[in-house]
Amino acid sequence: MLSRRALIGGGAGLVAAAGMRALVDEAHAAVPDLNPGLPGGVHDAATLEALPNKAPLIKLSYRPPNYETPVSYFDNIITPNDAFFVRYHLSDIPETNDPKLDPKTWRLKLSGDSFDKPLELSFDDLKAFEPVEITAVCQCAGNRRGLFQPHVPGVQWGAGAMGNARWKGAKLKDVLARGGLKKEALEIVFDGADGPPVEKTPDFVKSIPAWKAMEDTVILAYEMNGAPLPHFNGFPVRLIVPGWTATYWVKHLTSIEAVAQPFQGFWMKGAYRIPTNKFPLVQRFLSQETEANTPITEMMVNSLITSPTDGALLPVGKTAQAKGIAWDGGYGIAAVEVSLDGGRTFDSALLGEDRGRFSFRPWMYEFKTTAAGPLTLVARARNAVGQTQTSALISNPAGYHNNLVPRVTVDVR
Amino acid sequence: MRTTAILIVLAASLPAMAGEDAIALKDAPGRDVLLNNCAACHSLDYIQTNSPFPTQKVWDAEVTKMIKVFGAPIGDADAKIIIDYLAKNYGS
Repeated sequence: MLSRRALIGGGAGLVAAAGMRALVDEAHAAVPDLNPGLPGGVHDAATLEALPNKAPLIKLSYRPPNYETPVSYFDNIITPNDAFFVRYHLSDIPETNDPKLDPKTWRLKLSGDSFDKPLELSFDDLKAFEPVEITAVCQCAGNRRGLFQPHVPGVQWGAGAMGNARWKGAKLKDVLARGGLKKEALEIVFDGADGPPVEKTPDFVKSIPAWKAMEDTVILAYEMNGAPLPHFNGFPVRLIVPGWTATYWVKHLTSIEAVAQPFQGFWMKGAYRIPTNKFPLVQRFLSQETEANTPITEMMVNSLITSPTDGALLPVGKTAQAKGIAWDGGYGIAAVEVSLDGGRTFDSALLGEDRGRFSFRPWMYEFKTTAAGPLTLVARARNAVGQTQTSALISNPAGYHNNLVPRVTVDVR
Repeated sequence: MRTTAILIVLAASLPAMAGEDAIALKDAPGRDVLLNNCAACHSLDYIQTNSPFPTQKVWDAEVTKMIKVFGAPIGDADAKIIIDYLAKNYGS
C-alpha cells in the first residue's frame, strides 16, 4: 500500500524522538518579518531553512516541501534561482540523479488519441528545437492564502509563493507539431516524474486547453535565469504557462498527452477550481467549466509594497520613497497608484523597467512625511485591460486569487 | 536535571539539520494514533501551521478528504480519534 519512500519518511522516527521534540522546536530559527495576519500556527512553526542547493526560505512544510520566498527578495525584478519558492503536493520526488530526471536518460513521451505520431523526445531532442526565452511570473494560485479572513485550510502562504524569472526552452506548439497534433485535440495533459506516497492518492496531472497550448509564450523550459532549473523547481524540464497560475507549470515534466475529451483527473475536476463568474477572467477553460465552478486560469492583477516595511520608522518632514512590484495575468501593468490616507485618495506611482507583459513591473512613489504618527500606505495596480486590485477579499473555498490591495503602516517621528 | 541540560545543548545545535523529526505535536490523548497514520504521507507541520482557526467541522472535513480523496488508509475508529485530537489541540 505504501511506497518505499513513504515508509522511509514515516512516523517511526517521529515517535522515537518524542522526548526532546519540544526543546528542539524552540531552538529553530524564527522567521523575521512574518506577516502578522498569518495564523498563529505559522508564527509558531514556520522556520527559515534551506533545501539542498537553495537559500534559506520560509519553511511551511517539510514533506512534501513547501517553502516560500522572503519578501525582501522582491526588491529585485528577477528572483534568484536559489531563492525561488518551492511547492509540491505529493512527496515522492525523485532525486536529481534518478534516471527519470537525469538529462542523459530523461525522456518526454508524447501520447494520446490526438497525436498522429506518438513519440519520445530526449533532452537533446528538446534542446534542438528553436529556443525562446520569456520573463514571466510564476505564482501559486494560493499565494497569500494564509492572509484570508476568515482563514482557509491549506498551505498557509504569505506573499512569497511567487517569483519572476527568465525561462528558456522550446515552444510547446513546436513540440506538439512534431507529434502531429490533430485538429480535434481539446486539451493537452501534462504529468511529471514526481508522484504520490500512497498508490491511491491521485497523481498530480494537469491539463490546459489546446488553444492555450498553441500560444507562442507557452514553453517547455530547461533553463531558468540562464542556468539549469533547480531540482526543486522542476529539473530538468518544466512547463511554463505565462500569465496562468503556477498549478499548470508542471515540474519534472515527462509526459504530454493530447486528448479530444475533457481530462477527468482529480487535480482538474476536484482541485484548483474557483466559483464560476466570481472573478474577472478573460481566459477561461470552458471544457472544464461547470455551472458552479471553473478551473483557475490567469492571475489577477496584483501588487506588493516591498519598502517601507510594516512598522518602519520614517523621519517627519522629509521626502520618503515607497517601492514595490506589480504583475497580472499577462495584459501588462498600466498603472500603480499609492494612497497615503488609507485608500480614500490615490496618486500615480512611477513605473520602472518594463521586462514584458508577464514580468514583475517595479514601481516607485515619492512622498512627504508631513505629520508625526502612524501613516498607512496602500498600493493599487491596474492592468492594460482595466482590471484593478480588489479592496475587499473575494472569498472562495480554497483561498485562491488573493489580490487585496497591500497595506503597510509606518511610524513617522 | 542533567538530562535536561544535555538536551538543551543538543537542541541549540540541531536546527539546521533537525528537519521534520523535530516537529513536536502537543502531547495529548490521540497523538500516537495521529502520528501512526498522518505522518506516513506528510510532515506534521501542516497541522501546526493550519492552527488554531479550524473548527471541529473543518478538521473533520480535512481528515475525511485525506481518506476519501487522497486514499489514506485510515479506519473509522482512528479517524475519529485523530479528528478529536486535532479539534482539541489545534482547533478553535
